[in-house]
Amino acid sequence: MAVIEDVVCPICGCVCDDIIVTVEDNKIKKVKNSCSISATKFLNFHKHRLPSPLIKKDGDQIPISLEEAVEKVAKILVNAEYPAIYGLALSSCEAQGLGVELAEEIGGVIDNQTVTCHGPTALGLHDVGMPTCTLGEVRHRADLIVYWGCNPEEAHPRHLKRYSVLSKGRFRKEREERKMVIIDVRKTKSTKQADLFLQIEPGQDFELMSALRVILNFDEIEEESVAGLPIEKVEEFAELLRNCEFGIIFFGLGLTMSRGKERNIDAAVSLVRDLNKWAKFSIIPMRGHYNVTGMNEVTAWQTGYAYAVDLSHGYPWYNPGETSFVDILRRGECDAALIIASDPVAHFPKEIARNLCKIPFAVIDPHPSISSLLADIVIPSAFTGIEAEGSAYRMDAVPLRLKKVLEPPPGIYSDEEIISMILEKIRSMRG
Amino acid sequence: MRGFKATLLTGRSLKQGMGKEVSKTSDRYKESVSICEVHPNDMENAGLKEGDLIRVTTKFGSIVVKCVPSDHIPKPGIIFIPYGPYASSLIGISTDSTGMPTFKGASAEVEAAPEEKVLDIKQLLTNLVEE
Ligand code: SF4
Repeated sequence: MAVIEDVVCPICGCVCDDIIVTVEDNKIKKVKNSCSISATKFLNFHKHRLPSPLIKKDGDQIPISLEEAVEKVAKILVNAEYPAIYGLALSSCEAQGLGVELAEEIGGVIDNQTVTCHGPTALGLHDVGMPTCTLGEVRHRADLIVYWGCNPEEAHPRHLKRYSVLSKGRFRKEREERKMVIIDVRKTKSTKQADLFLQIEPGQDFELMSALRVILNFDEIEEESVAGLPIEKVEEFAELLRNCEFGIIFFGLGLTMSRGKERNIDAAVSLVRDLNKWAKFSIIPMRGHYNVTGMNEVTAWQTGYAYAVDLSHGYPWYNPGETSFVDILRRGECDAALIIASDPVAHFPKEIARNLCKIPFAVIDPHPSISSLLADIVIPSAFTGIEAEGSAYRMDAVPLRLKKVLEPPPGIYSDEEIISMILEKIRSMRG
Repeated sequence: MRGFKATLLTGRSLKQGMGKEVSKTSDRYKESVSICEVHPNDMENAGLKEGDLIRVTTKFGSIVVKCVPSDHIPKPGIIFIPYGPYASSLIGISTDSTGMPTFKGASAEVEAAPEEKVLDIKQLLTNLVEE
């Protein structure tokens, strides 16, 4: 029996690096320090896995060898005019780097889950930058913590305890030394932890941020209510913001997915920039998948852009709305796709998912997903962070090393190894 | 029994998070994403009970899910469906040139659907390909 300490959790953007895993006979027997989502994954991940590569035939998916599967995927990609590689946010940076290389080799689009989570954050960031910090700084120093349009208790269950209000920092140890504010359109499991909960009208975040900037900069505003809140409440919140020592805004999809999208982020960053006149203030996006930040970093190192990069011209071209996977599918331009560690059929709007199903596409994933059930080729992979090691970037862009705690089943390889095989095949086909 | 109009929000839930870590083909995942949280007042006005089937329709699609009362819904007229293939059936495809569809804020109509059933994930996919 082996007890492995400091295992890095491969699930959400918190990338907790203190999980203790007990392994016996290549099986996980016990996990410690994990949240409910993480414990569910570590103890159950092996129960529903894809047993072997599959190919679609007469409406069914039948097993084939890995070599055949790799060859079929290579052919689909090479024969396409405008192929796309999509996903990789649930994979290692090493696999992500190879994914970008593959997109370059086939002259296609490389995009990732950012497009449907924090894409608008990246767009807002292009306009106004992002005054940010690490989660360690928040833990040690922040006395005002604002969660805006996010629900950490359900989406990032250990965020409060490890990095924010409930953590024991070096200079802020007790809960009473910090104030927590939640701004959301609905009550959630997180709101009961807050000192102040501002429940706003859906789609009115931009109005609230703009009103706060007016109050902070000009001291008054001629309105009776903003975003469904009485003006006294808004003023009370402005006072909290102005009077803290180190403030942080964590924001989620409540800002990026609703009306205003990147303009909401622009307004949030502008608010934070204004707040630095009175206090130290930073902003961090609550990234969902554990290595979506890594995918943005890696794609940016290799192409200059963080997502939605079109390499079909022989140089990187970036224009979300034009080159984003969602949009090239929406317009019916993409004619083949390789989906890695992602499930777009489950999460894209139905009409867009349907367009994906009309073209040949392959899926690399450890377990059956909604997308894998409809794919032309499926290649099972090892679970990164459990059966394969690699690097991952936490939501604050701090890199951490994922551990391998178990051997994958025979014949099951990591994303990194599978993408290498496809690349090699394509290069040999092209001579 | 009267239907009602509502604004549809979609988002994460802990159950959906745990369900997807078991498997997207598991019953646990299906149970976690094929629900719609409704304000108790809307349920009362529409004569709905917990677990009743409802049909939610937007201009982009229509789906049958299970009705769950929730005190997390801020006020009548707002409904919530967790991310997943049921919610995705109701979302529009425009991205306003950002790459991001508008997952939150679609106008929806809700009506009781006692005679219908919640499609399982495989049926949902068959419809996706064949419709
Ligand atoms: S909070 Fe996120 S990273 Fe931390 S243990 Fe839970 S799922 Fe894993």
